[in-house]
Amino acid sequence: MRGATHAKWAACAAAVALAATACGGGDSGSDSGGSSDGSAVLSSSWGDPQNPLEPANTNEVQGGKVLDMIFRSLKKYNPETGKAEDMLAEKIDTTDSQNFTITVKDGWTFSNGEKVTAKSFVDAWNYGASLKNNQKNAYFFGYIDGYDKTHPDDGSQQTADTLSGLKVTGTNTFTVKLNQKFSTFPDTLGYPAYAPLPQAFFTDHAAWLKKPVGNGPYTIDSYTKGSQMALKKWSGYPGTDKAQNGGVTLKVYTDNNTAYTDLMAGNLDLVDDVPAAQLKNVKSDLGGRYINTPAGIIQTLAFPFYDKNWNKAGSEKVRTGLSRAINRAQITETIFQKTRTPATDWTSPVLGKEGGFQDGLCGDACDYDPAAAKKLIQEGGGLPGGQIKITYNADTGSHKQWIDAVCNSINNALDNDKACVGNPVGTFADFRSQITAKKMSGPFRAGWQMDYPLIQNFLQPLYYTNASSNDGKWSNKDFDKLVNEANAETDTTKAVAKFQEAEKVVRDNMAAIPLWYQNGSAGYSERLSNVKLNPFSVPVYNEIKVG
Amino acid sequence: MGRYVVRRLLQMIPVFIGSTLLIFLMVNVMGDPIAGLCGDKQCDAATSAQLKKEFGLDKPVWQQYLTYMGHVFTGDFGTAFNGQKVTELMATAFPVTIRLTIVAILFEIVIGITLGVVTGLKRGRPVDTSVLLLTLVVISVPTFVTGLLLQLLLGVEWGWIKPSVSTDATFGELIVPGLVLASVSLAYVTRLTRTSIAENRRSDYVRTAVAKGLPRQRVIVRHLLRNSLIPVVTFIGTDIGALMGGAIVTERIFNIHGVGYQLYQGILRQNTQTVVGFVTVLVLVFLVANLLVDLLYAVLDPRIRYA
Repeated sequence: MRGATHAKWAACAAAVALAATACGGGDSGSDSGGSSDGSAVLSSSWGDPQNPLEPANTNEVQGGKVLDMIFRSLKKYNPETGKAEDMLAEKIDTTDSQNFTITVKDGWTFSNGEKVTAKSFVDAWNYGASLKNNQKNAYFFGYIDGYDKTHPDDGSQQTADTLSGLKVTGTNTFTVKLNQKFSTFPDTLGYPAYAPLPQAFFTDHAAWLKKPVGNGPYTIDSYTKGSQMALKKWSGYPGTDKAQNGGVTLKVYTDNNTAYTDLMAGNLDLVDDVPAAQLKNVKSDLGGRYINTPAGIIQTLAFPFYDKNWNKAGSEKVRTGLSRAINRAQITETIFQKTRTPATDWTSPVLGKEGGFQDGLCGDACDYDPAAAKKLIQEGGGLPGGQIKITYNADTGSHKQWIDAVCNSINNALDNDKACVGNPVGTFADFRSQITAKKMSGPFRAGWQMDYPLIQNFLQPLYYTNASSNDGKWSNKDFDKLVNEANAETDTTKAVAKFQEAEKVVRDNMAAIPLWYQNGSAGYSERLSNVKLNPFSVPVYNEIKVG
Repeated sequence: MGRYVVRRLLQMIPVFIGSTLLIFLMVNVMGDPIAGLCGDKQCDAATSAQLKKEFGLDKPVWQQYLTYMGHVFTGDFGTAFNGQKVTELMATAFPVTIRLTIVAILFEIVIGITLGVVTGLKRGRPVDTSVLLLTLVVISVPTFVTGLLLQLLLGVEWGWIKPSVSTDATFGELIVPGLVLASVSLAYVTRLTRTSIAENRRSDYVRTAVAKGLPRQRVIVRHLLRNSLIPVVTFIGTDIGALMGGAIVTERIFNIHGVGYQLYQGILRQNTQTVVGFVTVLVLVFLVANLLVDLLYAVLDPRIRYA
């Protein structure tokens, strides 16, 4: 009955629509006349960037996509291996892991013709580190000497506008002095916050923001804030990773379901965020045109160590017990359709073995074993208050589903259907402000997307005493000591080994329960080939071929 | 008449202040908006303090509200977190939503009233029963179901339309979304018109008009319909405001970057400036639409006078 009436409605609506749009369907190729000669333009789903598109102010994927296309930094992370490779850097020298001399390659220009020199970098970094510019990635420059002057932690008046640790020593050379030893510092320089900036950025900031100019393989052709950005291949791009297509049109979608529908209808070429609800159908809908590869994201459950219920003798047994009560394999399979992998350490597979990822480092503590879980929790003095509440934000992601599943798993393991409940918070902003205000009384959702593919980035910001993202305020002297030693180590292999030792401290205390590694997923149309996601789960646009 | 309008306009002032204050407080209660700006990380203390100062969030709420209202009266609705002026957001969002609303209202008027007249005149006949049944179905199916179904059928299965609306959002593209948006109201308009027509058909003036030997067309349009429209006009008038604000679902499904989209994003990001600004304008639209409806009564029924 309902079907019949809908068909009737649909038919009459369609008749009207057809007359008006003059048969709008089936013209997905109308964007450009090009075929396989590399001049065709592809369209891709996008979200409205949350912050202005400045390199040191962009800390989420959507703005990051654009920066990835229009900027190239000293280093670039290999889209497949995640290794930091020299891009604009001719060489980065150091003898003591604290003072670096950086030489910029000759011959690079911004797309407006201006030369990329050492000054382009130093000016950009000084801008990013200066408190008055409100750059949200300012803390990236925190290792550079003089940061405490340009960005006083207590928010008082800054006493310097430039970092004393940065000095231009020639057209193409500059030196960096860090305030501590940090052997892997050069490998962090692929992060977009370290991108060089042209003079136009400083002289006419408003105009630059309307239409950012960079030195990457693409230039921005037009930008309608909040709805669409058209990027064009920059034919004068001096790098080796030239764009293999004519350009990319980023379209803002409010709902990733609509983007997916558009892909199905041939109205969109690339969706890099397949909605959870569609994961079941994606194979039959797209066949081989679906990719699902590891990304540098790990989901964990963090604990409030400022609450003495969670920070007393035996608490680590309770936490380990909880970890063992979670059936990761089942949840990743049924809820996430294998777009997540059960975690067995606190890093990510994208680091690779050499980079510090160690499969199984968590050992027993991450294996599902209801009996052991029950025993451990009992030994540890039971759940604080007899029940745990897992706090999460309910507005984005499908957090509710997996939190409920985790709770179910815990309840089943403990034979107590009141042992665990979810505690949703309405918006992400509120969730964050409650965490910052230390209002958590039990475990809470913690996700970490890496800034750069180094084991240091998975440990130090999260578990070091008072680190920027140490939301649970966990503090452990052994861990801090090992991290300091690792940072001072000039040999990468040895540094990684030290970090892994530090990671074992995290494990023995179960500072956070690792849940699963997140994959990046994308679906694409028949026109595209050579579609890949980099370790940051951003499509490698410049390598995509159209036609 | 003039005095009546002035009085009504004056009444809008307290409503305006009250509603903006309420929204302002509600958005404020949600917590600290800066906390959500740094992703899953914590903004460093200095930067967030600086940002708070810049957006005026370090002041007490009443002071924030007063400053905000002061700015609004000079036409400055503040700046969204992504650095765009709220007035700029409005300039892009409102034209789109207004077009969508126009399409929806046209559907309501043309299809709704036509169906209402036809069924009202043929009460109890098969046409009447089937249309009634149809409206029942439309009313009981939620908008997002109708929207997703039409999008899937017309956009993907049959490929007659594009499933999403482009940035330009031309009238042609907005026909299906407009129909979806209007569907429920359309059913109500049909039912209202039908009842009203059926009732007035038996009234004295209609019998007189028929007795005078006027052509059937003229009796229906000039005498019967005109008098039956008063409840319908009330409904459509208030519906303008409801459609503009309530388009969030439809705009999401068809990816229309209108008011609903901006509001949704504003709420998610706890962007006080965007939310309060847009809702303020929506409140104004609602008030003006109501005033227009009241004035239309006098046009439809000369017996109604406003002193």
